[in-house]
Amino acid sequence: MIEFPILSLITFLPIIGVIFIATIDSKSEYAASNAKYVALFVSLVTFLVSLYMYFNFNPNTAEFQFVEEKQWLPGLGISYKMGVDGISVLFVMLATFLTPICILASWDSIKKRVKEYMMAFLILETMMVGMFCSMDMLLFYVFFEAILIPMYLIIGIWGGDNRVYAAFKFFLYTLLGSVLLLIAMLYLYMEMGTTDIQTLMTSEIPLDIQKWLWLAMFASFAVKVPMWPVHTWLPDAHVQAPTAGSVILAGVLLKMGGYGFLRFSIPILPEATAYFADFVFVLSVIAVVYTSMVALVQTDMKKLIAYSSIAHMGFVTLGIFTLNTQGVEGAIFQMLSHGIVSAALFLCVGVVYDRLHTREIDRYGGLVKNMPKYAVAFMIFTMASVGLPVTSGFVGEFLILIGLFQVSTIFTFIAATGVVLGAAYMLLLYKRVVFGEQKNEDVKTMKDLNKREIAIFAPLILLVFWMGVYPSTFLKPIAPSVENLIANYNYSIQPTEMSEEDLIDDELEAEIKEEDTKEID
Amino acid sequence: MEFIAVFLPLLGALIAGLFGKVIGDKGSQFITCFLMVCAAAASLFLFKDVAMASNPRVLEIFTWISSGDLNVSWALRFDQIAVVMVFVVNIVSAVVHIYSVGYMSHDPAKAKFMAYLSLFTFAMLMLVTADNLVQLFFGWEGVGVASYLLIGFWNHKESANSAAIKAFVMNRIGDFGLALGIMVIFFAFGTLNFDEIFIRVEELKDLHLEFLGFDVHMITLACALLFVGAMGKSAQLGLHTWLPDAMEGPTPVSALIHAATMVTAGVFLVVRMSPLFEYAPSVLMFICILGALTALIAATIAVTQNDIKRVIAYSTMSQLGYMFFALGVSAYSAAMFHLFTHAFFKALLFLGAGSVIHAMSDEQDMRKMGGIYKLIPATYIMMWIGSLALAGVPFFAGYFSKDMVLEVAYADHTWFGMFAYWVGIFVAFLTAFYSFRLIFMAFHGKPRCDEKVMDHVHESPKIMLRPLYVLVIGAVTAGYSFKELFVGSDRGDFFGKSIFVLAENDTVAAAHHVPTWVAVLPAAVGIVGIILAWVFYIKCPKLPEKIANAFKWIYKFFLNKWYFDELYNRLVVKPLFCFGSLFWKIGDVKIIDGLGPNGVAKLSKKTADLTSKLQSGYVYHYAFVMLIGIVCFVSFYLFKFNG
Repeated sequence: MIEFPILSLITFLPIIGVIFIATIDSKSEYAASNAKYVALFVSLVTFLVSLYMYFNFNPNTAEFQFVEEKQWLPGLGISYKMGVDGISVLFVMLATFLTPICILASWDSIKKRVKEYMMAFLILETMMVGMFCSMDMLLFYVFFEAILIPMYLIIGIWGGDNRVYAAFKFFLYTLLGSVLLLIAMLYLYMEMGTTDIQTLMTSEIPLDIQKWLWLAMFASFAVKVPMWPVHTWLPDAHVQAPTAGSVILAGVLLKMGGYGFLRFSIPILPEATAYFADFVFVLSVIAVVYTSMVALVQTDMKKLIAYSSIAHMGFVTLGIFTLNTQGVEGAIFQMLSHGIVSAALFLCVGVVYDRLHTREIDRYGGLVKNMPKYAVAFMIFTMASVGLPVTSGFVGEFLILIGLFQVSTIFTFIAATGVVLGAAYMLLLYKRVVFGEQKNEDVKTMKDLNKREIAIFAPLILLVFWMGVYPSTFLKPIAPSVENLIANYNYSIQPTEMSEEDLIDDELEAEIKEEDTKEID
Repeated sequence: MEFIAVFLPLLGALIAGLFGKVIGDKGSQFITCFLMVCAAAASLFLFKDVAMASNPRVLEIFTWISSGDLNVSWALRFDQIAVVMVFVVNIVSAVVHIYSVGYMSHDPAKAKFMAYLSLFTFAMLMLVTADNLVQLFFGWEGVGVASYLLIGFWNHKESANSAAIKAFVMNRIGDFGLALGIMVIFFAFGTLNFDEIFIRVEELKDLHLEFLGFDVHMITLACALLFVGAMGKSAQLGLHTWLPDAMEGPTPVSALIHAATMVTAGVFLVVRMSPLFEYAPSVLMFICILGALTALIAATIAVTQNDIKRVIAYSTMSQLGYMFFALGVSAYSAAMFHLFTHAFFKALLFLGAGSVIHAMSDEQDMRKMGGIYKLIPATYIMMWIGSLALAGVPFFAGYFSKDMVLEVAYADHTWFGMFAYWVGIFVAFLTAFYSFRLIFMAFHGKPRCDEKVMDHVHESPKIMLRPLYVLVIGAVTAGYSFKELFVGSDRGDFFGKSIFVLAENDTVAAAHHVPTWVAVLPAAVGIVGIILAWVFYIKCPKLPEKIANAFKWIYKFFLNKWYFDELYNRLVVKPLFCFGSLFWKIGDVKIIDGLGPNGVAKLSKKTADLTSKLQSGYVYHYAFVMLIGIVCFVSFYLFKFNG
């Protein structure tokens, strides 16, 4: 056990970098490169610290670890409380892992306001990590919403031609959801008198109210996932965002929705979750099939991958609401895998965009001739996206489908067609970009990956195979928390016909457990 | 030894793939070939140890996926059917590797090609040595990817790319079935390991479950879904259109993947799951009928094709049909036997055809060949041997296995068995006919190519011819020498527990008691077919054209492959893209965005416009509004208190 508040350290380390960068004199000719190096250094240190945290993480328990608690608004029972369990720890790692990659990816492509750009990314990292570590609802909400600001700026300032429209769409969609989430949270606070997530999990709310609360939360999380039909902000946001913006958006921000379901909807509102599960399934399978078909006809590389993201996230929501071990573990695994793979795919687009400044698929073709290394990297991520076994994409999808089959065969059947469509649109994309005749002169002169780009792709490729060949590394820490989540869920939704004695016994047990955990702490 | 047989190809693929530039083309070719030959030697040893000495075993490597009660490991299962497959795969693969050194000598990307070949071999080995369905699925998809890469190897060609994608997506449709089948099995059995599944078959044989709203017999459902996977991979009717197009790949690829190994994975899957299939008689019946139809339709198409490789491709599909109808009558060992012999002679035919194409400066159209048998005698003789074996002429390998397949169909004594037998006899005739049509068209008659090509016709280098001798030995002797082991009286010891047949379904035993004419007929129609081909293409070469003209409609129908591609394009591909655009342009842009963000934005702008009109800045406007306000107030109060 680590004694000092390591989670706060990871969360606020990037802010220290921001302060450093802010003090750089923007008029100096080295301002841009100084800002880049500071940002890279700080994000790498943050990653190393989070790695240290991960090595000290005990994968055998469902308890929250590295918990730190400070009074924040003492009169109101609101505190600054941080901690990670098996569900959140890997998301923290994902965020700290992708940030340095984003900074490296922006090295040459961002030319204006470099200082501010790096600051925005570091702030974004703080917000993401903070959100995944929050154990207090209000704290969570603050981080959850604050993420919007740097992301909005990244799209709105460093984006493409139509960036303002995309940024506004992104902001409007997510804000609408957020307002409803806030209302739900306020209600919970008024009723329960606390914002502590663990305490809220034990609360018992009548079903009618649960339903309203659930829908309010759903509005917010569904937009973030994004689920059909509130997905249309994503393609625009991706297309207009700079490469690194897309990477972090697809890599981490889309996971906020799924994480929200796991952290709030299911444990706090279990009965409503059971009530609405079919509703989520329907939306999810529509998302899988509908967006896969839309992806088939895209002419813009980023849009295609954005639509494929929606389809993949459809699998995630399917998995989460199966509420059995394989489904939920698969969903979390799929989120991690998608975080790596879609991030890598957007990086692949970024590589050619940097060289030719277009995302039009038909402008490319025959890249394999002059960019063989790129062709290999792109092929690996394409296969991972398609869900080939031994790549990370397979494990998540397979577990989700296995889990879903136990709940409903018809949804499994429909969702599995997405796997076929996925192969079609990804391979078509790959063929049109990498294979075929070289039609355009400027394509012939494009240079293969440079050292910086190889350094970006190498760890991603390694992870893709690691997660595919030996997923136990990642499934093991997830398992106890998921087990716990499902056990609690099943406990809450079973008909309440237990005898008094059982109840008392359970209460006693719970008390003993609580005391135990206190002792451990 | 097991690790040598399975992981050396992977090692070769990694070395040639990652360090191809460093060690050069020669280095990569040498290393991959050398490792492959070692693996083949190891599999020879394993074949002796596991199959001949009945010593099956499972080696667990490490846990792969563990989630809740789902536990699967990476493992090597060396039982009898696995070792037969390993033997075939490694031998043919080694031959193809060495052959490719010569065949690809003018290609710029030699190291890459060798790496892909080795990668394919590894995936195929993982498939056949899997101890659970998930690893099998890995191999299944892995060979799909390797096949995709190799079909599209000449990736500057549009047709090659399209064929590669078609192969992958078509196979994915099959995999979709296979994956659902795996899920049914996990749902019912709670495990995906073969041994644990097979133990519980007896107790779960009457289980029913709900699927898509229907109440179905679990084992029937599982087997039907698994078979969809087998249909995709083994190009059975319905999911077959990718196989002929796959001939866009280099010829060694066609020999290895699309004749000897990958396409037989479907057969292997059914044999592997025989303890399940035995309890799904309706699925077996379906397999039998579909297999017979596939054999027939493929053979009718093969008769009309002019591309030398496509003829052999359709012949492969047709022979796979034979294997499947043998499976359909529970004669798993007969299917394995045909798979075994077929691998040798079909690989020989493909590589021989490759040698012809090589000699003809990459010409594949048989109408532009002819009269070259004197110039390339070694290739010519090998093509004869391969064709004789394929046609089922006595004492060549194909004779024994094809006879066996037909006999078991007859011995099944069911209507579908009988159907398969008579279709099979007719197909045997067609097979002999088109095989020798190929020989006569390609090698005999007057040269029909231009002189430049003719001057250049040359025998292939030794590195391409020598490995073929291995296959020649197989094509001549594999039938006679392995007959007793595979389908004779020793088959019980030979296959051990790896194949499961219910006592009442044991058609292989019954096949030994069929009437003599049943056993003689296939060879007889084969010889008739050869003679007929001779009449058509040597004796009176005008005859085929006349007949084609007389039956124009049928000829065109066969030539255009029964219009399967056109049908699928109309029914599936086009609507899919259509709906894609529709969902995008109408669904997303018009409806969701139109009513959602853009609609809201418009609405708020409109409201803002309206309200801004209120603030016109003219005093008399404001005065007028105030006046109206006062009137309203006053009238409201008057009505409320006085009314």
